[in-house]
Amino acid sequence: MARIIVVTSGKGGVGKTTTSAAIAMGLAKRGHKTAVIDFDVGLRNLDLIMGCERRVVYDFVNVINGEANLNQALIRDKNCNQLYILPASQTRDKDALTLEGVGRVLEELSKDFKYIVCDSPAGIEKGANLAMYYADDAFVVTNPEVSSVRDSDRMLGILASKSRRAELRMDPIKEFLLLTRYDPSRVESGEMLSLEDVQEILSLHLLGIIPESKSVLNASNAGIPVILDEKSDAGQAYADVVARYLGEKRPHRFVENKKGFLRKLFGGK
Amino acid sequence: MDGLQSSVLEFRSSTFFAPVLVLYSNDMHAIALHLQEKIASAPDFFKSSPVLFDLTELNEHGQEIDVAALIALLRQSGLCPVGIRGGNDAQARLALASSIPVDSGRSSGSARLELSNAPAAMPEIQAMVVKEVSHAPAMLVTQPVRSGQRIYAGGDLVILSQVSAGAEIMAEGNIHVYNTLRGRALAGVQGNTAARLFCLDLQAELVSIAGVYKTSEDLKASIKKKPLQVYLQDQALIVEELN
Repeated sequence: MARIIVVTSGKGGVGKTTTSAAIAMGLAKRGHKTAVIDFDVGLRNLDLIMGCERRVVYDFVNVINGEANLNQALIRDKNCNQLYILPASQTRDKDALTLEGVGRVLEELSKDFKYIVCDSPAGIEKGANLAMYYADDAFVVTNPEVSSVRDSDRMLGILASKSRRAELRMDPIKEFLLLTRYDPSRVESGEMLSLEDVQEILSLHLLGIIPESKSVLNASNAGIPVILDEKSDAGQAYADVVARYLGEKRPHRFVENKKGFLRKLFGGK
Repeated sequence: MDGLQSSVLEFRSSTFFAPVLVLYSNDMHAIALHLQEKIASAPDFFKSSPVLFDLTELNEHGQEIDVAALIALLRQSGLCPVGIRGGNDAQARLALASSIPVDSGRSSGSARLELSNAPAAMPEIQAMVVKEVSHAPAMLVTQPVRSGQRIYAGGDLVILSQVSAGAEIMAEGNIHVYNTLRGRALAGVQGNTAARLFCLDLQAELVSIAGVYKTSEDLKASIKKKPLQVYLQDQALIVEELN
């Protein structure tokens, strides 16, 4: 049986798709057969981030409607043969997804894959609900600012009450925090919430801190998941996240300001 | 989540809130008169409200009552009788004949509902409901109460984890939060002015006892991270440190 991971947040623009692409690639690179599904029907993006937009023939909605089978719709990643992408439809809306249809697709994928990563759309409506409904684990992507934290909190409430695991009274979804776009220098100057502030409000298991980084935008534009950019801070941070998710112990990086050491040396503020 | 349910129906266990009408007299005329008066005091609350009638007191004093006539009277008054309590066998049979089920126990006091307009009608129904409060078992919550979630307890509410901003916790009795309280907390929502709120770290958006409330703007920042209690004294909300 596959482990189903939902990457969710409530708020838009916090880095859900970047995270989905990175962790799916990270899991696949470690030899686990992984599928990543774009649930953002109507606002398809994952294919761009994964650099496979020109190979999309059939999509998730086609599979749900029985117009194509899974093998026709799944796109094998060009960088890693353990990774497959199921793109969203750009011409439909979220109503094209049904609970039963999504369940069928996930069940079929479960037979063959080790991990299924569900890239949730923003919001708390149908698309987001369907993305998280069947999940075993949830990566809650949060930016260090108040509205993102509150939306994540709301999403955590929904994960705890409206998922399949909640409805069947199984063990609850395992929730992990991913703090993205973290900028220690702005935290220091009080412009951003600190890791401690966020943890005080959400009290979640922290899977990793992804620093604000130019490499993320470059990777998106190039269509290569940022985790493959092993020299970049964000790429390394995502590699840590995948390792921690798989049970390895790694110290958290990118919490402190890089210039902190020099500043201390010169006694400046 | 419209259209997401794959099956047609399911039975769920649920408890709900209904006022209990305790009768002390079998005089139909007097009952009609007093009922009208009560309803006039809070018409919104009583309009089509389910009601359970309790004949325990009457039967203890050997006063007979015409159950069929009582049911008819309740319906005429715009109430929806949904149960009989404390009746003898004959009365229970009569009630069942009118499709009114018999509630045998007093244990089902806990209630969970989304009450929107009831607090406004609170003072009038206070006497009636407070009787019930003492019977409801305390509700225990161990999971975090997240933004957007609501919890309603028919009696006391005990929460071990944090209550996030944007969450709402309500209890007819006392509220205990053994963690940080950032959301809204309303104790004594059915008018119990003796209800209190206890909390280890009060950063609430709003606290209320029996409808008297304070918003975070009115709460001093200095009370943060200290165990304290909130209670009512002469219609004023007192926030006090626990020592």
